[in-house]
Order: sequence, then structure tokens, then C-alpha cells
Amino acid sequence: MNEQRTPRAEGAATEGRAPAGRKVFFRRRKSCPLSGPNAPAIDYKDVKLLQRFISERGKILPSRITAVSAKKQRALSQAIKRARNLALLPYVVQS
Amino acid sequence: MAFYEVTFVVRPDMGKADVAKLAETLGKIVTDHKGSILKNEYWGIRTLAYKINKLGKGHYTMLGLDCSAIALKELERQIGINEDIIRTMTVRVDAMDATPSVMLQQKSGDSYEAA
Repeated sequence: MNEQRTPRAEGAATEGRAPAGRKVFFRRRKSCPLSGPNAPAIDYKDVKLLQRFISERGKILPSRITAVSAKKQRALSQAIKRARNLALLPYVVQS
Repeated sequence: MAFYEVTFVVRPDMGKADVAKLAETLGKIVTDHKGSILKNEYWGIRTLAYKINKLGKGHYTMLGLDCSAIALKELERQIGINEDIIRTMTVRVDAMDATPSVMLQQKSGDSYEAA
């Protein structure tokens, strides 16, 4: 994250000494879709919302993909597990 | 007294009126124990995400309760005895308002569909 703010000129100047495989291009980190003033509340009954955070196979997506904050990810995984218990969401999708 | 959300799934071959009656009798257990029913939501017949007791569908009903632990224990005992109820879950919640839950607001999404 720090490298993101490094001025481009400096990066160019130290190019020769940069370790091999160091990434030059940084993608801006997305903010948590479940935090903020008008974010939806996490609820085990809200199947449509929860479906956005499970894979096609029915697994809970990791927060590094969905950018959900750690606190919300814990609440989210709890909600998904509750929904699974009530057969609102599948435990596994057979293909 | 605490707030609870009791959701249960009833066999699909039961009629809608029977399910409403069942919810009423279960609710009476709570009122007999000086608890109160804040919500009685019928979510309709929904397709289950996986088969339970070889059944593919079920009537979903959720009761929002404000009751004591003793009342809840008796309610859960009765639910356990009833053979028409194929699945149940109780969740304790911090607060409860009278607004209907998301399930009733988004009626279009009938059930889980594989994305």
C-alpha cells in the first residue's frame, strides 16, 4: 500500500536497484461493500445479498476477493451459515 | 425477556391454512408464558437449497418473539415433537422492530438459484 504513494520519478530513479519481480503497477484497493452509512445490513434472511458473497460452488468467498472488512466478514460468514441451516442457501452445489 | 426469531419449515403437502394454524398454536405457547409475538411472517412455499427428508420444498414461517427462556424452551420442545416441521432455527436478536423482514420485501426472489 505504501508503494502506491511513492512518486513515479523516484521509482524510475531506483529502477536499477529494485528487487526482481517487484510490481510496478498497483491496483487501488476497493473499499468494503458492507461498511459505510448506506451499506446493507447483514442478515441471514437476505438471501440475495448473501448470494453475492458465495462462489458458484456454494463456498464463502474470501474477503481478499470481495474486499469485505474483517469485522463484516465474520458477521457475513455467520449469516451465510445460518442461511445454509435453513436451506435458504446450499452447503454445496453439485455440478 | 429477550427477543428471538424462530423460523421453521413445514412439509409442503400441508395447506396454507394449516401452517397458519400451526403458527398460531405455537404462538399460544409463548403468550401463555407471558411472552408476546411481535412478528408472524409467512414467507410462502420456497424451494429448499438442498433436500431435507427427501422433500424439495417447504412452507417457511418466522415468528418474532419477546419471551422468557422458559417459554422458548417449551416452544422448541413442541417444535421438536411436531413431525410436520422439518427444520427449525432460533436466533436471539438484540432488537426488533415491527417492519417486515427482507424476505417479505423482495418477494420476487422466490428461492435460491444457482448463479
